[in-house]
Amino acid sequence: MGNSWYGPLADPSGNAGYAADHPPRVGFFTDTSVCIGCKACEVACKEWNALPADGPHHDQPDLLDLTATSYDNTGALGASTYRHVAFIEQTRPRAAAATVDLGMPLPAGDATEVRWLMASDVCKHCTHAACLDVCPTGALIRTEHGTVLVQDDICNGCGYCIPACPYGVIDQRKGSREEGGGGAFKCTMCHDRLGAGLQPACATACPTESIQFGPLDELRDRAARRVETLHRSGVPEARLYGHDPDDGVGGDGAFFLLLDEPEVYGLPPDPVVTTRDLPSMWRHAAAAALTVAATVAAAFLGGRR
Amino acid sequence: MAEAHPVGFQWVMEAKRRGATVIHVDPRFTRTSAVADLHVPIRAGTDIAFLGGLIRHVLDTGAYFEEYVRAYTNAPMILRDDFCDTEDLDGLFSGFDPETGTYDVRSWEYKDDDVGAAVGPRDDRSKVPEHERGQIAGSGGAPTSTNPPRDDTLQHPRCVFQVLKRHFARYTPEMVHEVCGIDPDVFAAVAEALTRNSGRERTSAFCYAVGWTHHTVGVQYIRAASILQMLLGNIGRPGGGILALRGHASIQGSTDIPTLFDMLPGYIPMPHAHREQNLETYIAANTGDKGFWGNMDAYFVSLLKAWFGDAATPDNDFCFDHLPRLDGDHSSFETVMAQARGEVPGYFVIGENPAIGTANARQQRRGLARLEWLVVRDLNLVETATFWKDGPEIATGEMRTGDIGTEVFFLPAAAHSEKDGTFTNTQRLLQWHHKAVEPPGDCRSDLWFYYELGRRIKARLAASTDPRDRPLLDLTWDYPLDESGEPSADAVLREISGTDADGKAVSGYTALKNDGSTACGCWIYSGVYADEVNQSMRRRPGREQDLVAAEWGWAWPMNRRVLYNRASADPDGNPWSERKKLIWWDGSAWTGGDVPDFPADTAPTYRPPPDARAAEAIGGDEPFIMQADGRAWLHAPAGLLDGPMPTHYEPQESPVPNALYPAVRANPARQEFKRPDNPYHPPPGSAGAAVFPFVFTTFRVTEHHTAGGMSRWTPYLNELMPEMFLEVSPELAALRGLRNGQWCHVVTARSAIEGKALVTERAKPLRLGGTTVHQIGVPWHWGFDGLSTGDAANELLSVTLDPNVHIMETKAATCDIRPGRRPHGPDLVAFLADYRRRAGLED
Repeated sequence: MGNSWYGPLADPSGNAGYAADHPPRVGFFTDTSVCIGCKACEVACKEWNALPADGPHHDQPDLLDLTATSYDNTGALGASTYRHVAFIEQTRPRAAAATVDLGMPLPAGDATEVRWLMASDVCKHCTHAACLDVCPTGALIRTEHGTVLVQDDICNGCGYCIPACPYGVIDQRKGSREEGGGGAFKCTMCHDRLGAGLQPACATACPTESIQFGPLDELRDRAARRVETLHRSGVPEARLYGHDPDDGVGGDGAFFLLLDEPEVYGLPPDPVVTTRDLPSMWRHAAAAALTVAATVAAAFLGGRR
Repeated sequence: MAEAHPVGFQWVMEAKRRGATVIHVDPRFTRTSAVADLHVPIRAGTDIAFLGGLIRHVLDTGAYFEEYVRAYTNAPMILRDDFCDTEDLDGLFSGFDPETGTYDVRSWEYKDDDVGAAVGPRDDRSKVPEHERGQIAGSGGAPTSTNPPRDDTLQHPRCVFQVLKRHFARYTPEMVHEVCGIDPDVFAAVAEALTRNSGRERTSAFCYAVGWTHHTVGVQYIRAASILQMLLGNIGRPGGGILALRGHASIQGSTDIPTLFDMLPGYIPMPHAHREQNLETYIAANTGDKGFWGNMDAYFVSLLKAWFGDAATPDNDFCFDHLPRLDGDHSSFETVMAQARGEVPGYFVIGENPAIGTANARQQRRGLARLEWLVVRDLNLVETATFWKDGPEIATGEMRTGDIGTEVFFLPAAAHSEKDGTFTNTQRLLQWHHKAVEPPGDCRSDLWFYYELGRRIKARLAASTDPRDRPLLDLTWDYPLDESGEPSADAVLREISGTDADGKAVSGYTALKNDGSTACGCWIYSGVYADEVNQSMRRRPGREQDLVAAEWGWAWPMNRRVLYNRASADPDGNPWSERKKLIWWDGSAWTGGDVPDFPADTAPTYRPPPDARAAEAIGGDEPFIMQADGRAWLHAPAGLLDGPMPTHYEPQESPVPNALYPAVRANPARQEFKRPDNPYHPPPGSAGAAVFPFVFTTFRVTEHHTAGGMSRWTPYLNELMPEMFLEVSPELAALRGLRNGQWCHVVTARSAIEGKALVTERAKPLRLGGTTVHQIGVPWHWGFDGLSTGDAANELLSVTLDPNVHIMETKAATCDIRPGRRPHGPDLVAFLADYRRRAGLED
């Protein structure tokens, strides 16, 4: 059995106790270099998961006002928004923007060019998922597919998972139980489709294969090749995010190809599973308790002397 | 394309993945620009100057595909001595009549062209009535001589090639910069990429959408792209072509089986009152003498048999007199203006929302308000059905609900997922869609509605002996119904495809007869039900097929995937290159991946005898089989009404004069409507022009569909694009005091609309010589009903039309923009009157 709190872990499902014949770990590879920002993933996700339209503010469905943040009126992931397409407008020197040799030099100098980055964000389905680690009811589980799932009939809405997530993904839906609220919600990777051999709704709807679904190992290979291709064709800024099993969450089940620093997309540059230090904290606590106990014992023993 | 056709755009992304260079030319920086290799911002309404610049570049640098141009285009044809170009007449072609604003087109023809003798008793085309302008030729290509004099060395000073060179000589990169605001080095990069990727080994494609067609020179935009593609040898070859991305699903289908007033199915012209008195004179006036249009009589008689069945006999001209006759222009805008005059009692509006979705929306509502009755069928209770209570004129007090006598019938409609049928797309591909769910409540398909309407009217007229009821009573109206009373769409498609004397499905239009033994609802769709199989249902995956994928759906005509594909081989019948081969002559027949768009056994060496007609009259090296001379037209000797070659004219409203032809500002043959409800802004240079100093262009976003009838009632889409907005540059925002996310309003002489300012670096002012032009992006998805409401862009627009096809100019006009909300209620009326007064426009 590998390290179940931190560091690389080849088989999170096996680690969680599934039998050796469990299905392979699956995930998303979101290649933002081909995202056209159509938001089909957002709509398909809401349709399949029967999520409420929660509006640009996520809690006032009837307040339809423009955020005026490029074409992003979703803002962030939330309890009723499992996919979020970010739109980032950048102005940069034109020379840096010439990604394809058009045969003629384009004017450089002071000239600037606009770049519009689009990227569909989602729950990362971490190898080491802090939300799962802190859940006191067992509502959050590791599935046989290696994904992280909230069982909404078990979740009691305590909300511990919310600050635990290093990406700020999971959230609590307002409203009563009867209204479908109260609990914590996030991307299920369409768990109810996986068992039937279907892809998640977002990957199915994506017209440009920006969202790719499959066994995680295959996706990682494919992503590495895609980065190489982009580097060869003059896109040196292409890089992967969340693919590395050595990172702070043991690698993401949903990872990305980005064209700029993660912070530009609103992603933490160096996410760490917030329960990483739990073992040492427990060890320290235990040591402290022992020390106290020893001191107390020593005091009594010393007192008799 | 990524913005408005995201599903189709997946193939552009696939091409890009395989190494294609994607260039996006658009006044706005859109989602397409974001993933293109190069975005070329252009001043709205100046594309002919840009394309003309590319044409000049190709001609000047010798980058054209010389063998292709010589053999397959009309470059060698010699023009009449009295033809004068815009170079000779300061921006006009010969034949212009300033009184009527129309051209006498005869001088544009080939030398020694005697069209009358060549094609039979056609009408005198110098007096083409307005209402049959672009459509005069039907499917057949415009009539002209089949064998005019030519100079294959392309040196004769009056040959098309030399005329074309002179015509485009002044479209220099500097002029492109001056007119379009495109940097010469950006222009050079485009020219280089395009020419390098065209020729024997490579082909380039053009994709366009309504951004090109919605202009007073819309047809000439497409002509300019066609000329460029012909010169580069990019027509009829794999990977080439000009792809028209249509504005809605199956708009191609509703052109093929038309909702147009002057067309019958398959681009057969509508008969005219008093001119085509019987079947014989109608056929004689409309049949081509060369190519497949030569059998138009078979297609037409088969159509009459499909409609009138056993009642159609040789003795009664197959019920030819049952067809209505054209007596004038009944196009959309003419009809609405007639409504406003109180001349139109009733109106069916099906899946359209003109109360906000058509240019000069106020004029549309004024028309609706003068009807006796109005039928609206839509998915949602759209503005066209509620204008009488929710319309802007009610708010301003210009109309009162109590004064509007229009009786409105709203009938809920089924969506495409709630009914069977086909979509016909850009590539002429018919794809079947199966009903996925039952329509909710009383919603019904259009097919059910029209079937029931016809059935009930026929029942009411059953005892009538009035001859005017005969056409309805004779209509065949016998489709099988399912358990819910829904007629079978499959049976309708089979009727469209056609049946023979035994009632069996025909193989295609070559099996149709002119003797009444066959029936066919639309000849170009004939064969879609060949072998009694609904071919449009075929779904064999592309990975199981070759590159052509002929077994996915069905493309008209005859499942050909690339039109004019004879041009993919050289005159001797060999592919131009191994890499770009499609069909070729194997010594005894045309063969290859696609269905040949050519008589299958006509050898490349075949030369038709002088008396040959129809398919036999096509020479073995003449790929453009629908054209009278078998060639692609660089210069159009017939068929167009505003010039044989594209010429840059400014839009009806623009902030600058015509730099290319100062004497002729806008298209001289455009259709204007100078009416109080359709005021035009003063031209640049006149006193009031500065009142409307900016350019606006209308556009779509991915999240909404057209005027919002489908999308503004859908919560999941509204939350993604919740509110009307106006896209402006930081420079314009600074100039006018606009703040991102705050209200602002755009004003024209027609109306004022408000929205939130979206200030973005994506919008850039264009510098043309000494002038800076600011362009405002105005999405047209909003209206006054629905879950997300907002002002409609069409309030701003005037109606000015392209003369060939009566399309309105929505993509370029002038305006003012100001911070804050627009005046509401009666204040708006006074506000607009003040604007018009300041602009010097009579009120």
